[in-house]
Amino acid sequence: MAAIDTNVDRSNMQVSDEVAIEIDNMNKWYGQFHVLRDIDLTVYRGERIVICGPSGSGKSTLIRCINALEEHQQGSIVVDGTPLSSDLKNIDKIRSEVGMCFQHFNLFPHLTILENCTLAPIWVRKVPKREAEETAMYFLEKVKIPDQANKYPGQLSGGQQQRVAIARSLCMKPKIMLFDEPTSALDPEMIKEVLDTMIQLAEEGMTMLCVTHEMGFARQVANRVIFMDAGQIVEQNEPEAFFSNPQNDRTKLFLSQILGH
Amino acid sequence: MSDTHAQSVAFVRESEIPPAPPPVAETGALKWVRENLFSGWFNSIMTILGLIVIWYLLSGLIPWIVNGTWEGENVRDCREILQGNGGGCFAVIAQRWEQFLFGFAYPDEFYWRPTLAFLLLFLAVPPALFAMYLPRWTLIATGLYPFVAYWLIWGGSILSPLVVLLGVVGGYFAFNAGERRFGFALGLVAALLATLAIWWIGGTIAGEFSRVGRLEAVASRDLGGFMLNMILGIVCVSLSLPLGIALALGRQSKLPFIKGVCVVFIEFVRGVPLITLLFVANVVLAYFLPPGTNFDLIVRVVIMITMFSAAYIAEVIRGGLAALPKGQYEAGDSLGLDYAQSMRFIILPQALKISIPGIVNVAVGLFKDTTLVSVISMFDMVGMIRGPILSSTDWAGGIYWEPWAFACILFFVVCYGISQYSQWLERQLRTDHR
Amino acid sequence: MTIATDPHGAGQGFRVGQLISDTRYRSYTFQFIALVLLILAFGWLISNMFANLEDLGQDISYEFLSNPAGYDINQQPIPYTSQDTHLRATIIGAMNTLIVAFLACATATVFGVIAGVLRLSNNWIISKLMAVYVEMFRNIPVLIWILIIFTLTANVFPQPRDFRGEEATAAPLFGIIPVTNRGIYVPAPYFTNGIGAQEIEPGTKVTIANSASSANWLIVLAVLAGSFFAARAITGWADKRQEATGERPKTWAMILATWFVPIIITLFALGLHWDIPALRGFNFQGGLLARNSLIALWFALSIYTGAFIAENVRAGILAISKGQTEAAAALGLRPGRVMRLVVLPQALRVIIPPLISQYLNITKNTSLAIAVGYMDLTGTLGGITLNQTGRALEAVLLLMLFYLTFSLAISAIMNVYNNSVALKER
Repeated sequence: MAAIDTNVDRSNMQVSDEVAIEIDNMNKWYGQFHVLRDIDLTVYRGERIVICGPSGSGKSTLIRCINALEEHQQGSIVVDGTPLSSDLKNIDKIRSEVGMCFQHFNLFPHLTILENCTLAPIWVRKVPKREAEETAMYFLEKVKIPDQANKYPGQLSGGQQQRVAIARSLCMKPKIMLFDEPTSALDPEMIKEVLDTMIQLAEEGMTMLCVTHEMGFARQVANRVIFMDAGQIVEQNEPEAFFSNPQNDRTKLFLSQILGH
Repeated sequence: MSDTHAQSVAFVRESEIPPAPPPVAETGALKWVRENLFSGWFNSIMTILGLIVIWYLLSGLIPWIVNGTWEGENVRDCREILQGNGGGCFAVIAQRWEQFLFGFAYPDEFYWRPTLAFLLLFLAVPPALFAMYLPRWTLIATGLYPFVAYWLIWGGSILSPLVVLLGVVGGYFAFNAGERRFGFALGLVAALLATLAIWWIGGTIAGEFSRVGRLEAVASRDLGGFMLNMILGIVCVSLSLPLGIALALGRQSKLPFIKGVCVVFIEFVRGVPLITLLFVANVVLAYFLPPGTNFDLIVRVVIMITMFSAAYIAEVIRGGLAALPKGQYEAGDSLGLDYAQSMRFIILPQALKISIPGIVNVAVGLFKDTTLVSVISMFDMVGMIRGPILSSTDWAGGIYWEPWAFACILFFVVCYGISQYSQWLERQLRTDHR
Repeated sequence: MTIATDPHGAGQGFRVGQLISDTRYRSYTFQFIALVLLILAFGWLISNMFANLEDLGQDISYEFLSNPAGYDINQQPIPYTSQDTHLRATIIGAMNTLIVAFLACATATVFGVIAGVLRLSNNWIISKLMAVYVEMFRNIPVLIWILIIFTLTANVFPQPRDFRGEEATAAPLFGIIPVTNRGIYVPAPYFTNGIGAQEIEPGTKVTIANSASSANWLIVLAVLAGSFFAARAITGWADKRQEATGERPKTWAMILATWFVPIIITLFALGLHWDIPALRGFNFQGGLLARNSLIALWFALSIYTGAFIAENVRAGILAISKGQTEAAAALGLRPGRVMRLVVLPQALRVIIPPLISQYLNITKNTSLAIAVGYMDLTGTLGGITLNQTGRALEAVLLLMLFYLTFSLAISAIMNVYNNSVALKER
């Protein structure tokens, strides 16, 4: 597990009473296969939630449902007051307010870093180009790679690419950030730089949902850890309690496997 | 490892071994010949066979070129001059080169017009082919070229191509303005309306002033020779590219009806030979057009060849689309881009880049296939040789290598050039940003 | 996208705007618009067609197919006279298409494989020679090649009279195959015994016409099929032995015998004779005549497509990484086994799909026969029949359907093959 700076500044990490995401009795099937079963989850503004679980447990599917990359068949998802329905306007609204980072970064290889960051603000948010570029440079500075702005993604290391992907999402000024295993495709020495960026984001009070196996990150940053297995939320708790005193047997088994060696 | 020899473990090199030259047999031309030509009995036999083939070819080819004559009015003159020394009668090319290039009906006092159009091609094409090295504004030359070339080759008032050009430009601006405000689909509608309006108004005006900038008009049926192959090749490839992209996107679509229509079209066109489509252009298409209208044969042929190559280009681009990782689509979605935006900015630029070699292959194939129009009695290069030249009283009997060699060389230069360009481009794109 | 029990979407009534904005209806809206546009376009075309037909006083009818064709066909796989129907002429055309397509596919494969392998050879001269062959033929239109070879056969090959007499300037190839400017005559095999043999009066000459019929060919085919299965059985037995004992028995002599002994005995028993072409009068008689047009089309298509196949073969072999060969060699396999067990199975998977699409191209390119007067489908149905009857719509539609059927059949085979390969990968 990557070593993380222990001095996390918690002054801005405040959970408000305002609901950011409300998932109610959500179900999803792939054909006959029941991927997500009766998911109930309320995320408050300012929360940092880490979702973990064995592979195939539906954790990625869950967060992909939140910005409609996958459609759910039953139940409801309300993001920032906007119900996720079949109405295209709602989908567009949610997607422009929810940022997402992928395991394989999914940067656009034919565009420069700067163009990657300004594309969506210009065409979705209709921001003037100059302004979009200023915003992009601001966030690129934030993820500490402003000098790479005119390079192409292929010229960057994996860690840098993932930080660009984070900056690209931030340029849309999202209220919520989703992370889908952001560090699992990275070499060990690059994991830290991405996690640092994510911690920085958390320190600024961003609402975050992270699917990750970085338990150190979960311990330090998260205010809630959710354990999923077989498409269900099996256990959720504050990180301290979750790690020191897991209740469910499956959680215990999972934690012993992932922390044991 | 307890029984390792003590001395072999502790070893420190104190002096470098200086590099020595290899044994003599391992260097120089001798080594090359031995390794590449005579490395075994089989290889040696192959080498000798190869040399025999080369000798055989050259022993026919060299006298044919060296002893050949460019003088003479007809095949009998040639025979007299050559006296059976194995030389070629290149007089047929010297005498008839204009017909090879322009066909037999294009007025000879206007040969300068297609020639100029051809030369302008060298100004118009590089901005598109070498886009990464030339400034963007040079693309204006590429954009203007079709209208200039049309005016030069077909003649008539300059106003008509000008009006068409204005319509296209107007449509472009209308699209830009409309798309910003109302989205892609309405932008397209705005572009269409603007273009049609400009054409309608411009057409009326051009009709009034039809004497402005007038070149003597040449009828389509008078075009011929290699010029016809070039025109068909360039026009049909340019037109089939957008159609092919649309078909490929349609075939990848999630909407079953649209997908079905595209699949049926593509598979039908790819399942029949081009000749049958040319038959359609020649004898069938007229049935499906409103009574009384009469399109030029060349327009009908362009329509059918364009459909033909669009189907092949669509398949190439579909391969490019399929090669893109799913994450690219998802990233576009997650940023909130709509279908038209993510296609335009993310998917198509990448898919087209992957497809370039395939598209160039289709283009080369298509250019070669333009010779098929000779079957429906159009006088392209092949049609000219088979018809007016080889059966003329001057050149009938005994002359066949020379005109065909001339045709082969022209086609080879163009096709080989294009495929070399595509390989170069592929290398450029591979090293570009990775 | 459909979200079945969505409390927020379903609660409100239906609005017209949802046709565009709601993902549930959006796709139907677009498809409906596309359908309407398509129907309008087709309706326009069809109404134009009927208007045009009415103006010309024509109708659509396929009756012409049963009328006498009234023209001759110079290559007849099945009997035909000019009194036969257009339908029969069409069928003969289709058969001629298939004949030349089959021949060209076979030889193009041979040319292509040889050239592709030789282009990878270490021998500098050979590989460069093959590169020149490939580039030259790929970059010049096939129609030009067909016409060049046709012109050559008609102008350069000797006339039949050059074979005559003492001062003959030409001699048949190997003494039995005269290559003339009319075409190439090859000896025709026929049988004197077996099924379908006619009673022959003593003293009459045995000819193809009165010798044993084609039923004997079925016997020959059956024997070959038997040999094929026997050879497979031997290989299977060798495999079993190898699995059981670890030793692989030597089988090549047995397999060779299985292929050759039965067929030689059969041919001998059936009384195989060769009808050798001989000069009688102004022309050669006897044997089979492969006309100029067939030769030109066949050879040009083979050598042209061979250049493309060579590139596919080369790419297929290059696609197998050197690592595979090295891994197999490191396991101790001999070079022959490396080729058969490791490289070929992988290379074929890469080579065969483009190879089949080249076969498809050959089949479609046979339609260029019309340029040299070979009476294929395009020459009969799309050529003379169309011109004689004036039934352009019907003839061209039939013509397209024929080619479409050929193509779809070949594509279907390709899909079956691709699926079987894909299954093996798991």
